[in-house]
Amino acid sequence: MTQPLLSVRNLSTRFRTDRGLVRAVDDVSFDVAPGETLAIVGESGSGKSVTALSILRLIPDPPGKIESGEILFEGKDLLKLDDAGIRAIRGDRIAMIFQEPMSSLNPALTVGLQVGEPINLHRKTVWSKALDKAAELLGKVRIPDGKSRLNSYPHQYSGGMRQRVMIAMALACQPKLIIADEPTTALDVTVQAQILALLKELTREANSAMILITHDLGVVARYADRVAVMYGGRIVETAPARPLYKSPRHPYTRGLMASVPRLDGDTGRPLVPIEGQPPDLASLPAGCAFALRCKDATERCHRERPPLVESARHHFSACWYHERLAA
Amino acid sequence: MAKFIGRRLLYLLPVLLAVTLLTFLIASLLPGDLAITLLGDQATPEKVEALRAQMGLDLPIWQRYLLWLWDVLHGDLGRSFRTGETVLAAVADRLPVSLELMVMAEVTALLIAIPLAILCAVKSGSATDRFLTGLAFGKLSLPPFMVAILLIYLFAVSLNLLPATGWIPFAEDPIANLRSFVLPALTLAIAEWPVLMRVLRSDMIATLQEDYIAMAKAKGLRPARILLVHALKPSSLTLVTVTGINIGRLIGGALIVEVIFALPGIGRLLVGAIYARDFIILQGAVLFVAVGFVMVNFVVDMLYAVLDPRIRHGRA
Repeated sequence: MTQPLLSVRNLSTRFRTDRGLVRAVDDVSFDVAPGETLAIVGESGSGKSVTALSILRLIPDPPGKIESGEILFEGKDLLKLDDAGIRAIRGDRIAMIFQEPMSSLNPALTVGLQVGEPINLHRKTVWSKALDKAAELLGKVRIPDGKSRLNSYPHQYSGGMRQRVMIAMALACQPKLIIADEPTTALDVTVQAQILALLKELTREANSAMILITHDLGVVARYADRVAVMYGGRIVETAPARPLYKSPRHPYTRGLMASVPRLDGDTGRPLVPIEGQPPDLASLPAGCAFALRCKDATERCHRERPPLVESARHHFSACWYHERLAA
Repeated sequence: MAKFIGRRLLYLLPVLLAVTLLTFLIASLLPGDLAITLLGDQATPEKVEALRAQMGLDLPIWQRYLLWLWDVLHGDLGRSFRTGETVLAAVADRLPVSLELMVMAEVTALLIAIPLAILCAVKSGSATDRFLTGLAFGKLSLPPFMVAILLIYLFAVSLNLLPATGWIPFAEDPIANLRSFVLPALTLAIAEWPVLMRVLRSDMIATLQEDYIAMAKAKGLRPARILLVHALKPSSLTLVTVTGINIGRLIGGALIVEVIFALPGIGRLLVGAIYARDFIILQGAVLFVAVGFVMVNFVVDMLYAVLDPRIRHGRA
């Protein structure tokens, strides 16, 4: 692999809550290569969104806090930058697309101002030029008649259109990395595919890397180069998308796949839900976090936490029995 | 938008009719008789009867109201029976004083309230926030006349910096005119900033939780820009409402402050008219105040549409 664009090393993010310290992200490491799309998959509460927010240091503090780790972006540790330093990265080198297009655009400000703002700020472009660029960006995300729409407000747009505006805003400064936190969860299914296709096309065009946070394995299959599966604040399996699909090496990933309907191949296969509840991050067990829900868990699984090891080339799994799963 | 404005202006009519009718009714319930007041110890029953007939006071109340309304619609607000001064002249004399006081007081109150509210919202729950909200709460229990007396004692008596009472027309000496308004405006501002600060603070705290504020941070914006451009505008609806109510109230004069600082404003005109049973002046002044109040509310409605575009398009 070439020099990674982003290298997250041993990241731990905690939240102080009434119920004690919650380890939302616990010792997570992963790399993103330039131009690559990495999908981070997991249930709600698996730590995937907190991981995304930690990269740009957007965790509300208090109650949250990045406790340890390194986030190396183009060789610089983002956790060591001062406030002005991280602000210069945000929206310029690394852009973010949030889950809720309905509430992530400011209802009181025009679309033109919101899309032009990063250009004006990071490129030191005068407002009239920034607005021209904003109109151009709206065209790129297939919002017709961008120029005349600059003065409109978010409530005049549909959900899909707003997410297009968010994409335009993210692309404004041609970032090297786009972090999309469940970008289509709030949208109609028909619109979801359009938005993802557009996002993929535009990131490829700009040669931007992308971290795609999702709970939808169907999305992952189509758009990701590599996948990291998170469970209980940790990465339990990571591999290039194809081998992960063909032979998952963690029982949780297998469970996820068995619980997703597939329209290709084996359509007669019954859906198998994963029994039990996601783990309580405030009181994780000493052993494997998935052991309580795992059919094949042994005494060792409950006692010792399995490390993430390379089970096959580029394919890592945090299961004591990853080799048995591969067979 | 033009339709919106037109409809708002139509609301003005019923409000003005209701306000003037009510003033008429209440004033007629007051004990005492203008004719007796005017004649003083010269009053004989015949003279009183004659004067009442001359002033139209012997007519039934609804006739008097309709006659008054008829005159107003023809642009004649009448003149005081007592002093002969026209209503227009009386109001024109006093209104600038009340307006200047109102503008200075509101601007000062907002200049105190907005920065403190932002500070409290950003640091909500901190010692600074608790101190300032506590101070605001304490201030609410201190009446304006107390504040006025303390200010006079401090700035006029002890430090001898500002005049305690009196009023000089702006045209005569602008500096002295402004100086004479400092303490009264400050008194009113001190009475009002706590309410303004509290409403803006709580709206701002709610706004800062919004997804679009997280988005603004993710774009790399400076905290100052996030607060002033992205958070303040959507947080200021309640602030504008309360400020509008305050302004509307102050158009009718700030009686206590006008009395303490000897300012010839609308408040004193109204109270003087009530004491003298000078109903024509009372009626005319109330009409002006009501128009002012409705206009301010109209402006507040317009501001809602500016601050929250959803309102504009929802009604268009």
